[in-house]
Amino acid sequence: MRAAVPFPRLLILRPVNTPQCRRLHTVKASQTATEPSKLQTNRSACSEILRIRKSLLSRERTAVEVAEEYLTRLQQTEPYVKSFLYVSDKVLADAEEIDRRLRRNEDVGPLVGVPVAVKDNLCTRDMPSTGGSRILEGYRPPFDATAVTKLRQSGALLIGKTNLDEFGMGSTTEGSAFQVTSNPWDSSRVPGGSSGGSSAAVAARQCAVSLGSDTGGSIRQPASFCGVVGMKPTYGRVSRFGLMAYASSLDVIGCLGSSVMDAAILLGAMAGHDKLDATSSKTEVPDYAAKLVPIEALDSKPLKGIKIGVIRETMGDGVDSGVISSIQASALRLEELGAALTEVSLSSFPLGLPAYYVLAPSEASSNLARYDGIRYGSQVPADDLESMYGSSRSNGFGQEVKRRILMGTYALSAGYYDAYYKRAQQVRTLIQRDFSKALDGNDILISPAAPTAAYKIGDKVNDPLSMYAGDIMTVNVNLAGLPALVVPCGFVKVGERDLPVGLQMISAAFEEGRLLQVGHIFQQTLQNLSFEAPLPNK
Amino acid sequence: MLHRHLSTRKSVKGKECRAQVDGQDYEAVIGIETHVQLSTLTKAFCSCPSKYGSHPNSNVCPICMGLPGCLPVLNERVVESAVKLGVALHCQLSLKSKFDRKQYFYPDLPKGYQISQHDIPIARNGFVDVDIPMEFGGGHRRFCITRVHMEEDAGKLIHAGNDRLSGSFYTQVDLNRAGVPLLEIVSEPDMRSGVEAAEYAAELQRMVRYLGVSNGNMQEGSLRCDVNVSVRPKEDLPFGTKVEIKNMNSFSAMQRAIDFEISRQVTLHQEGQGDKIVQETRLWEEESQRTITMRVKEGLADYRYFPEPDLPEVILTQDYIDALKASLPELPDEKRRRYERMGLSMQDVIILANDSDVATFFDAVLEKGADVKMAANWIMGDIAAFLKSEKLSISEIKLTPLELADLIALIKDGTISGKIGKEVLVELLAKGGSVKALIEEKGLVQISDPDVIESMVDKILAENPKQLEQYRGGKTKLQGFFVGQVMKASKGKANPTLLSKILLDKLNAKQ
Repeated sequence: MRAAVPFPRLLILRPVNTPQCRRLHTVKASQTATEPSKLQTNRSACSEILRIRKSLLSRERTAVEVAEEYLTRLQQTEPYVKSFLYVSDKVLADAEEIDRRLRRNEDVGPLVGVPVAVKDNLCTRDMPSTGGSRILEGYRPPFDATAVTKLRQSGALLIGKTNLDEFGMGSTTEGSAFQVTSNPWDSSRVPGGSSGGSSAAVAARQCAVSLGSDTGGSIRQPASFCGVVGMKPTYGRVSRFGLMAYASSLDVIGCLGSSVMDAAILLGAMAGHDKLDATSSKTEVPDYAAKLVPIEALDSKPLKGIKIGVIRETMGDGVDSGVISSIQASALRLEELGAALTEVSLSSFPLGLPAYYVLAPSEASSNLARYDGIRYGSQVPADDLESMYGSSRSNGFGQEVKRRILMGTYALSAGYYDAYYKRAQQVRTLIQRDFSKALDGNDILISPAAPTAAYKIGDKVNDPLSMYAGDIMTVNVNLAGLPALVVPCGFVKVGERDLPVGLQMISAAFEEGRLLQVGHIFQQTLQNLSFEAPLPNK
Repeated sequence: MLHRHLSTRKSVKGKECRAQVDGQDYEAVIGIETHVQLSTLTKAFCSCPSKYGSHPNSNVCPICMGLPGCLPVLNERVVESAVKLGVALHCQLSLKSKFDRKQYFYPDLPKGYQISQHDIPIARNGFVDVDIPMEFGGGHRRFCITRVHMEEDAGKLIHAGNDRLSGSFYTQVDLNRAGVPLLEIVSEPDMRSGVEAAEYAAELQRMVRYLGVSNGNMQEGSLRCDVNVSVRPKEDLPFGTKVEIKNMNSFSAMQRAIDFEISRQVTLHQEGQGDKIVQETRLWEEESQRTITMRVKEGLADYRYFPEPDLPEVILTQDYIDALKASLPELPDEKRRRYERMGLSMQDVIILANDSDVATFFDAVLEKGADVKMAANWIMGDIAAFLKSEKLSISEIKLTPLELADLIALIKDGTISGKIGKEVLVELLAKGGSVKALIEEKGLVQISDPDVIESMVDKILAENPKQLEQYRGGKTKLQGFFVGQVMKASKGKANPTLLSKILLDKLNAKQ
């Protein structure tokens, strides 16, 4: 066990204030330039949740007005972004109900009236839940995922279900059986994946915040591609009940938003033990948001005492030079804020990707066995049982899912198990050990969230190995079960376009609070950078 | 105590049960996999009722139907039952075990895998001691247990549209049973005959009933045995090709199925057609009393086992095991040994100990101080006959152990006669109530006062001078007449021994 690292007192004692800020509707991206002597709030760091909450509680606006604002934008942008598989027809009715409750001064939750989009591999009882798969087209679950239940209890307004790579298997959201989602920064590019719908929806401000799931980077990589904040909690921090399983030992539910504060509030609402998930943790859930300090309350070195390690293996070959320079600039920025910066080496780092692509497909091959066309989902009638199974699955699953089922089935087969699955588990142990060693000496490890910025739609469709390689920055964190936060930190210039880049911050298990505190300070002090995607205005 | 006793027992398996065909000895080798459905209130991994006989698909929920997004959560009672049985079978318990997924496609398996335990079962390396019933030659046997593991049951398929499976044109799926907890008990190939196998299974049934972990009902499928049978020409040769037999829903069917299968295989060997014995699964057909091929195994099935990621490891502490161990009731074999030490015959021991309800009743009667032999005889005699004719179990009768103990005591001390006892018993069995009150009420207390009996005898002798004269004239057979008269006058209550003594004295008295 490592000793608790002393944290600046200021960070803990000061109360939360709602930053006064308005959203910018235009974007100006430029390289990082800092003024260390005087800290100023970056407007991207403003909490959308707190803004909505404040306007509702002060009766400045109604929940219906807030909902209409988002629905209008959703209507305008959706033809270009295509981030939603389903938009709820009850949003306004639900908003009216919230207004009634507000008028009666009833106890409303921390997410009152906040429009939340939910990744479509999370079960919702009042909306179809397809996992982006043909095999579950039109499927309506009889229950809500625990995370969804908790959001509803917190007063959230569920506005719809977002697109994803089928069952979370992919890094571009092109693997959806239904539609291709575009990156709001450049509609010819992918939003990343698999939570591409959820990240694009936040970037295009079709919702305030969204839920995603992360098995090998599915929240963090699209957050990076779309210039939004993505939080992947510790394995077991949020109940997986109601999440369509891809790889059970790696899957976590997390959140996406425009600010670290929003991620903190959303995580706080979802986290905690659930008796329906035996792998959910009983570790106490701290009040994440309460520990986030507004910039006005900070001195010029708010990160004094924090040790940050840059993972050497993530800053070299195969990583876009623009990405590297953004991360380097961010590291310097953190140092300026008072953090002690070192370089750390995780020698097992390159082994993570192949281990992941053995373990995740192995579990997937098993988790997807239930889609057999017998009890629910699409069934192709046939003369005998074998053909019925064969046709239903062959018709219902897409190419990438089939590829992973085949890989996983192979890896678990008698005679191959030891060479693949067992060996990959050993690698997993090595990776966990290396992380734990590196986190003994550091509070936070940093790396890029992806080796490149968003690439073009279609670029990697026929080259799965190259798509898999893009997961190099994120899969290890899942293998180790650690929490990681991605915060937009810079831009890469591609042709005429500036594309966002995210900084990944990794901590020890259940140290989400620390990630959010540091992330919040970092985001607030990003000078002259705005991560508001240009809205299409055709 | 148990262990001291066991160490003196020698396995004599295979000696008297070798199949003799044309003078050539063949030995059968039998191993059994038993599935025991646990009588927990809820299923293994969800909170659905684990109840037999409900309307199809009424005890189901998203979890046991395998809907997307559902996760299993282990029912602690399953672990408790497994530990109890593991201890009772003298197994070594795994302080750390885990669940694995056994994967195959079948419509009765909602998730496409069964949650089971593969390489680390919760218990292993145990044994069970059984007593072979006297009618099958008696004797003690010890059969080794390879392992006990926890798993979930699958649903049921109902092939409809025709009486025969082959003619059915659609199939219905009932998932009530899906997720019901099972313990699988795998034996070593230690049995050598149908009797041994049936007795092994019967002992497991007694054990789970004694432990209260299952009702062990074979007809309902709460206890299912898959039997592997092979034969070999000589005891020391390698095992022959094994055949699996299924579909036996009683111990006697098991015994008959195995004996049929042994003789089928031996005959094939005899005819030089040993190669016709193939690794296959055969069904026992009750109607024709034979086994028939169900499916021939083509290569080994690959279940692609891997650790169940949705469930944490199962960690047992020694304290937990010790506490359960201390809570175990007396087990069937311990009970049999105790009854044996009380001086009961092996026949009586087996009858009394092998039904846990009977044994409980018997023990309760003894606890009230009743004479062992008399209690045993009443239970196995009149009470058993009553149960049989009324089709009742001993736990359903109105007679309490206390009243039976009282009845026995009253007979023993001469308050009532055995004959009156039998009459009283019938009433108590049917209506209940207290023995003493019943005897009082009906005035059935035996007359054992010599003076009272003497005056009754005097009265009868005086009333029958002619018969008395004949007796004294040598017609001694008339003694019976006088006994009858006194009994009639006393309404059967005169103590027979006393009466006979006093009467003889009077009859033979010198005038």
